[in-house]
Amino acid sequence: MRKRCLDSVFELAKADQRVVFIGSDLGPGVLDAMKKEIPERFFMEGVSEQHIIGMAAGLAMEGFIPYVNTIATFITRRCYEQVALDLCLQDLPVRLIANGGGAVYAPLGPTHLAVEDLAIMRALPNMAIVAPCDAEEMQRFMATTKDWPHPIYIRLGKGGDKVVSRAEHGFQIGKAIPLREPGTGLFITTGITAQIALKAAEQLATEGLPCGVLHLHTVKPLDQEALAYWLPKVEGVVSVEEHTRIGGLGSAILEFCNDEMPQQSLKLARIGIPDCFADQYGSQDSLLAHWGITVDSLCDTMRKRLSGS
Amino acid sequence: MTMDQRSKYLRRTIVEALEGGRRGHLGSSMSMVEILRVLYDSFLKFRPHEPAWSERDRCILSKGHGCLTLYAILADKGFFPREELKTFCMPTSRMGGHPERGKLPGVEASTGALGHGLPMGVGMALAAKIRKQSYRVTVITGDGEINEGSVWEAAMSASKHKLSNLTVFVDYNKLQSYGPTREVLDLEPLADKWRSFGFAVQEVDGHDIGKLARLVSRLPLDPQKPTAVICHTVKGKGFPFAEGKAEWHHKSGLTAKEIESMYEYLI
Repeated sequence: MRKRCLDSVFELAKADQRVVFIGSDLGPGVLDAMKKEIPERFFMEGVSEQHIIGMAAGLAMEGFIPYVNTIATFITRRCYEQVALDLCLQDLPVRLIANGGGAVYAPLGPTHLAVEDLAIMRALPNMAIVAPCDAEEMQRFMATTKDWPHPIYIRLGKGGDKVVSRAEHGFQIGKAIPLREPGTGLFITTGITAQIALKAAEQLATEGLPCGVLHLHTVKPLDQEALAYWLPKVEGVVSVEEHTRIGGLGSAILEFCNDEMPQQSLKLARIGIPDCFADQYGSQDSLLAHWGITVDSLCDTMRKRLSGS
Repeated sequence: MTMDQRSKYLRRTIVEALEGGRRGHLGSSMSMVEILRVLYDSFLKFRPHEPAWSERDRCILSKGHGCLTLYAILADKGFFPREELKTFCMPTSRMGGHPERGKLPGVEASTGALGHGLPMGVGMALAAKIRKQSYRVTVITGDGEINEGSVWEAAMSASKHKLSNLTVFVDYNKLQSYGPTREVLDLEPLADKWRSFGFAVQEVDGHDIGKLARLVSRLPLDPQKPTAVICHTVKGKGFPFAEGKAEWHHKSGLTAKEIESMYEYLI
């Protein structure tokens, strides 16, 4: 997913002179081809996230479209004030490419886990938040980023995730994609939790509990139209996110329900990371299992929601 | 050194705005009047009636709390009617306690949180290099402001990219909000610091119009380096009751009598 994303930046840069790339201190060889072919629009600026965001803002004020890339925790927490004021207050078209959203960097520990990024980015006016579920969707999404006039936070998964999106879905920022038609239940996902929910839906179908999967690749702006359409049609809803239960996808859905259709909020159960720092290492999968973000727990939660218990 | 009529006039203009809002960063604004005066009178290219002119020089007031001086000079240059200064800090004013891009013509960047101007200035200066444009970028920082690490991150980057089209003016009045910079977080040796970060450095009396004008006519000081101009200034300059006093960094609830006494010093 990451490679597809960065390759897309190079393609965009070749086609549009406004596109620039800014990395912090990425791995050797990242975007070497771009560095060689368009050196004047390739920057590797060192471990200086506050500066990098400001510099991107300055370039954007002059008409450029900067794509900034580093690890998700560092592009959010370390430079939050720069993201808030330089990018969002001034409403500039800078794209933040965040490596390792969620528990991707599990073995590296809590300093490297971006599990509250959606919440803190979501609190900022003008910021769009997009978490594609696979590399194919990432590619379709990246093609749409050039002309979005506001900042975008792009949450990358680990890579190698099973491709579940389809070309015919297309991609529009802020437009949810039904990956599986709802039955009595509906999973609402973002990022790679789409894959987990699809497996859970398959499992539940064998038990006679037909469930759909609505993939919100865009957490903000929230596709209220899709929610207003699908929520009343089902009996139970489970939101699934690789993110703290505070302030992310599930919270956004609850807020929408509370504002627009309060009775629907009773159908919703939220699956996400509990309010604690990671206390284990291991792998992304083992941490997700530790936190109960698994096919089995999705199935259990949906069964309970549909049985009313 | 006695203050000439133009410096007094600009200070009166600032007090007019202060009178509207009854509050403001008086000390921080008064220390940089001559810096902005010389920049706008003798250095920067701009078109008040075409504020987005692509070849204009970019001037970022990174110490956004000094905005009263920026507002005064922009009004003086005709970016907007001088009358509007009286709306300072009012609910629907275009002039808040910190300047915002897109609200008021001539304001290049939204600043107020400290340490943001130089990184944005580096981006603008790089943009000029990429597009081979000739505009220059100036950034005015406070002294307390450069406590922020982001300033030094940006300084390393400016030096790496040999941004000779970028000049930083440090308003070194030696007083930050709490007290003397020497006591809060000593900046010395300040000139050597900028030099070691790859800047060409010049120190100057930040209230001496002649020296400032001669200095800006020589910019860039080095065709391969960004420039740092350390301006030795006096906080609250022009008002004996405020000069060198940290408590005048910011004042709210100014009385009519206090405002009146300010005008008396500017005759």
